[in-house]
Amino acid sequence: MRALQVAMDIYAEEIVAHYEHPHNKGRIDGASASFHEFSPYCGDDLTLYLDISDGKVTDAKFDGSGCAISVGSASMLTDLIKGKSVSEIVRMGPAQVIEMLGVDPGPVRLKCATLSLKAVHEAIKQYVKNGGGKT
Amino acid sequence: MKGTVDFDSIREDFPILGTKTTNDRPLVYLDSAATSQKPRKVINAVSRFYRTCNANPHRGSYKISEAATEAYEKSKKKAARLINAGAWEEIVYTRNTTESINLVAQTWADENIGKGDHILISEMEHHSNLVPWLMLAHRKGAVLDYIRLNGSRTGLDEGSMEEQMAKSPKLVSITQCSNVLGAIVDVKKVARRAHERGAKVLVDGAQSVPHMSVDVREIGADFLAFSAHKMLGPSGVGVLWGRRELLEQMPPFLGGGQMIRSVEFQDFTTTELPWKFEAGTANIEGAVGFGAALDYLRKIGMDRIREHDVMLTKYALEGMSRLKGVEAFGPGLDRLDSKAGVVSFEIAGAHPHDVATIFDGEGVAIRAGHHCAMPLVVQILGKPALARMSFYLYNNAQDVDAGIAAIEKVKRTFKLK
Repeated sequence: MRALQVAMDIYAEEIVAHYEHPHNKGRIDGASASFHEFSPYCGDDLTLYLDISDGKVTDAKFDGSGCAISVGSASMLTDLIKGKSVSEIVRMGPAQVIEMLGVDPGPVRLKCATLSLKAVHEAIKQYVKNGGGKT
Repeated sequence: MKGTVDFDSIREDFPILGTKTTNDRPLVYLDSAATSQKPRKVINAVSRFYRTCNANPHRGSYKISEAATEAYEKSKKKAARLINAGAWEEIVYTRNTTESINLVAQTWADENIGKGDHILISEMEHHSNLVPWLMLAHRKGAVLDYIRLNGSRTGLDEGSMEEQMAKSPKLVSITQCSNVLGAIVDVKKVARRAHERGAKVLVDGAQSVPHMSVDVREIGADFLAFSAHKMLGPSGVGVLWGRRELLEQMPPFLGGGQMIRSVEFQDFTTTELPWKFEAGTANIEGAVGFGAALDYLRKIGMDRIREHDVMLTKYALEGMSRLKGVEAFGPGLDRLDSKAGVVSFEIAGAHPHDVATIFDGEGVAIRAGHHCAMPLVVQILGKPALARMSFYLYNNAQDVDAGIAAIEKVKRTFKLK
C-alpha cells in the first residue's frame, strides 16, 4: 500500500527546507512572461516569472504564499526549469513533479504540488500568444 | 475525565472506529462537524429495510409497501419528537440542510420578499445559509444584511443586531451554532427581536440539533433546518420543520409525483402536508436509518451528549493553550456554555492544509479549509484557511490527546518553537 505511506514522506527534509528557505523567491522586473495562479482550495497564491531567450528559460522566480507543498514545489521547480528549453518544459506533467519531489503527495495535495507548473505553462502560453520566440 | 466511563462503551457501536487508516494507524475521527460516523444500529436498520420491506411507500396497497410507508412516517414522528414540533406533518424531508434552506428561499421567501425588502443573516453563516439568500436578493432586488460578529469574534454583536433589526427585515435566517467558531447563538432571543419587527425566523440547526436539546416551540422559530448525516444517520436526508400555517400557505417546491392531489392537462392541485413538499420517490432507506439514529440519540439523551462535547472541548482548549504558537478561534475556556465541540485553530508558521496532511499521517482525521464559510474565514478572520477539530459522542480524551500530539508533530516537522 504505497499510497498510504505518502502522508509521512511528503514532509521529508527537502521539501520543508525549500518551504523554509525558498529558492528563486521574488519577482523579475520586465520578465519575458509571468502568470498569477490562485487555488481556492488552499488559498495558495503565487505569481511565476520567466525570462526566456533563444527558446530556453534563462531565469525563473516566483512570489506569493501558500502551503509547504505548493511553495516547496515552486522553489524546486524554478530550480529545475532554468536552462531547460520551452519545448521540454511544456511537455512536463504531474509525473515529472512527483519525480522532482521524490514522493506522490496523493490526489488532493497533488493540486498544490502542480500549481507552479500550471503557472509556468500558462506563462509560456501567453508568451507564445504574444509572439514571443518569433523574433 | 469525568463522565467518559459511560461513553467508552459507545465506541464499540461504531464499526469504523476500530479500523486502521494512513500509515496503518488506528483511525482517530475528529471531523464530525463535517459528517458523523454511523452506529451498527443505523447500518443494520438500512440493511434490514432492504432485506425485509423495500417498496415505494404510498403507492402500493400491498403489504411491504404499507410497511415502507409506516417506516417512513415513523421516522418523521421521531424527528418531530426530537425538536418538539407541534405535529409530525410539519416535518418535511429534503436531501440536506442546504436543500431545506433553499426550499424556503424558493417558496415562502419567493412569495414574501420583494424589491428593497431586507433579509437578515449573520457574518458567521455557512454558505448554505448565505448563497440561497444572495441568489434571492439578486433575483428580487432585495437587500441582504449581516449581523456583525463581536470584537472578540466569539459571537454576534448585540449593537449590530439591534441596528439591523431596526430595518424591519422580512426574514431573519440565523445559525444556532457556527461550524467554524463553534459559537452557539441565543436563537430564542434573536427570534423574539425578529418577531417584534414582524420578521419570520429560520434557524440553521445543522451543527446544533445533533449536539444539544433544541425545542422549536421554546425558541419560537418559524423554520428549522438540519441534516441526518451529522447526527448518526445516513446522508441524503435533510429536515425542514416549519410551522403548519406557514407550510400550508407556501407554494410547492418541486413538482412531480406524490406532491399533487390531482392533475389535469392544464392544471394541478397540491396535496396535504408534508407530502406537498416531497415530489418524487424519497430516500426511504435513509429516512429509516435516520429513525434508528434518532432512537440511538434519544436513548443517550441530548443533554448528556452536550455535556460530553463540552468536556472534550474544554480538554482540547486546555491542551492547545499549553502549546506555544497555537491559536484557537471562537469562544474560549471562559465561555464554554456558548461553545460547541468545534475547535478551529491555527499553528503559527504552518499552513492549515499541511497541518491536516500531517494529522492524516498520524491517523487523525481533521478538516482544513474555509469550511464553506468564506466570508467569515477569509474576510473577517483574514485567513486563507483554518484547521478544525470537531467532536461527537464517540470521541474520548485519547482522541483529543492524539490531536494534541499531532499538533506537536506539525511543530517538529516545521521546526517551530
